[in-house]
Amino acid sequence: MSAISAGTEKTVGSQKTEKPEGAKKSLVIETNEVSFAYDGKKDVLKKISMQIFAQEVTAFIGPSGCGKSTLLRNFNRMNDLIPTAKITNGHISILGSDIFDPMVDVIELRKKVGMVFQKYNPFPKSIYENVAYGLRIAGENRKSVIDQAVEESLQLSGLWEEVKDRLDASGMGLSGGQQQRLCIARTIAVRPEIILMDEPCSALDPISTAKVEDLITQLKEKFTIVIVTHNMQQATRVSDRTAFFYLGSLIEMDDTTKLFTNPTQKETEDYISGRFG
Amino acid sequence: MHDVATDTAIKNAFATVSFKQKRKDAAVRWTMRIATYFILACAFFVFIDIISKGAPVILDRGLDFFTKNPETLMVFETADGTEHQLGYSDFVVWKDNNPDQEIVEQHGYTYCGGGILGPVVGTAFLTIICIVVALFIGLTSAIYLNEYSGKGKFMDMIRLAILNLAGVPSIVFGLFGLGLFCLAAPVITNEIKEGAWHIPLLSGYAISFQGWGTSMIAGGFTLAVMILPVIITACEESLKAIPMGFREASLALGATKWQTIRKAVLPYAFPGMLTASILGITRVAGETAPIMFTAAMASKATLPWQGLEGNVFERFFGFLSQSVQALPYHIYTVAARIPQSEYTKPMQYGSVFVFMVIVMAFAAMSIFMRIHYRKKLKW
Repeated sequence: MSAISAGTEKTVGSQKTEKPEGAKKSLVIETNEVSFAYDGKKDVLKKISMQIFAQEVTAFIGPSGCGKSTLLRNFNRMNDLIPTAKITNGHISILGSDIFDPMVDVIELRKKVGMVFQKYNPFPKSIYENVAYGLRIAGENRKSVIDQAVEESLQLSGLWEEVKDRLDASGMGLSGGQQQRLCIARTIAVRPEIILMDEPCSALDPISTAKVEDLITQLKEKFTIVIVTHNMQQATRVSDRTAFFYLGSLIEMDDTTKLFTNPTQKETEDYISGRFG
Repeated sequence: MHDVATDTAIKNAFATVSFKQKRKDAAVRWTMRIATYFILACAFFVFIDIISKGAPVILDRGLDFFTKNPETLMVFETADGTEHQLGYSDFVVWKDNNPDQEIVEQHGYTYCGGGILGPVVGTAFLTIICIVVALFIGLTSAIYLNEYSGKGKFMDMIRLAILNLAGVPSIVFGLFGLGLFCLAAPVITNEIKEGAWHIPLLSGYAISFQGWGTSMIAGGFTLAVMILPVIITACEESLKAIPMGFREASLALGATKWQTIRKAVLPYAFPGMLTASILGITRVAGETAPIMFTAAMASKATLPWQGLEGNVFERFFGFLSQSVQALPYHIYTVAARIPQSEYTKPMQYGSVFVFMVIVMAFAAMSIFMRIHYRKKLKW
């Protein structure tokens, strides 16, 4: 595995985050000099190159407006919702395929790349129907299959014991933390390979946050997780690798412990020591 | 030396200094209060007037008022000096039953006898056609505008056009409906009107642009076009109220655009659309001008489903292409087109009373539904 040279040209080669030889982690997401503009002209992401590996939690950190959520929303092409937005340079390949290839069906991509949003957004349906939603739209009608998937997903998300007696109750009647875990259950019900999390805890209280963080740690055995967070402690708690973004550039990406204890870039050091951002 | 004690007793430190400002304040408050109460007074007067004069008519005429068509009211005096008021059909029966009674004086007041069955039924059908057409076009275009179309000059123009449509006077809609639906809309027929532009089909039939004539369907379409801006705006607002998060979550789970709209947007926007639409419908039900040229007639002996002939299709088209009586038009007729007298009043007040009750029932239903769904759907 080659070195990951991240970010702006001046930083190229200045840090090497080598995966130890013999590491079995396989490459899941790779971006190659990706630039992106919401209006098609002004780049808000600048030549981002990074690699994300399977069964790891990768955290994106950086001050507001640095482009971390934007990049995340490119991984499942959520930015397609904005008509003028487009990739102005480079490629993103996920599981070996270029996701901006004209042949790509975003529906198929999104089935493999799930997303959990900042503001928990269960549908105003029952808990059961929330989890079953992805299966139903994929055309699954067999009750036994859906029943099983709902139970499995709720168990994986740690919600099963709390809600198993009231699956017919509205998903919106749950507490905030439970709602967010319901959204995670809804996402994993369609069996994605990758789960993107866009600040999943920013609307939650500390106890709910701790539960979701535990969940993330458990889920990484089955899924590849990319999480955007404003909370640096959270990044250190849950992630294996961390990428630091600043002004649309990837400044540094490394093992989380290394990045937080021994950053190679001055901007990273300034940010994690709280001097800006 | 100043006596401090008496001074403070007379003058509080925070006593009013500027009486001018206080007066201004009070004047503004009272102006606003009176304006508000004026509306209340108007509504109160209208309701009291209609109820006090309309309800007795219903009680007096009883079920006949709802089961009979409007007919001429016969007012006559018999030789013994008693005055009788009977609808024409009852008058005929009365004459047969009392051949010995001599009628001294006799007057007829058109449309003032009988009941209002025909107009109520006609208005109901006009409204139903209008709902179906307006909801279909309004809903689909609102979904298109809010979910599919992007932003741009062209879209701004469409929105402006919709807003402008809402400002068009109803009489203009009436004339528009006459021109488009009554005189120029396409029909499939084997009796092509002289000079009508047409596309020939099989065995003498053709699509002929000769219009639908003065008919229920032309009236329904005209009303639909008139209410479209209201429906579109209401539907769009309901769609806008659905959080973006529902759409994003659905799309992120691999749903197509249409699946997202159908399963994660429409079910939650539907109650809002429905309540707003019902309110729109009540407005449509009361319109006179748009149906004056396109659908309505003052008197008709048969109800819309009577006297139809032919096979199912012919009956169906015959049903849609007949003109009907309508409640607002009936009120207009009895209130403004016939000579007024004390004998025309009961029909006027009775019709208006019934009309008001129907419209208020619809409005109440819409309010009830809104409360009901608000409780059920929250986010």
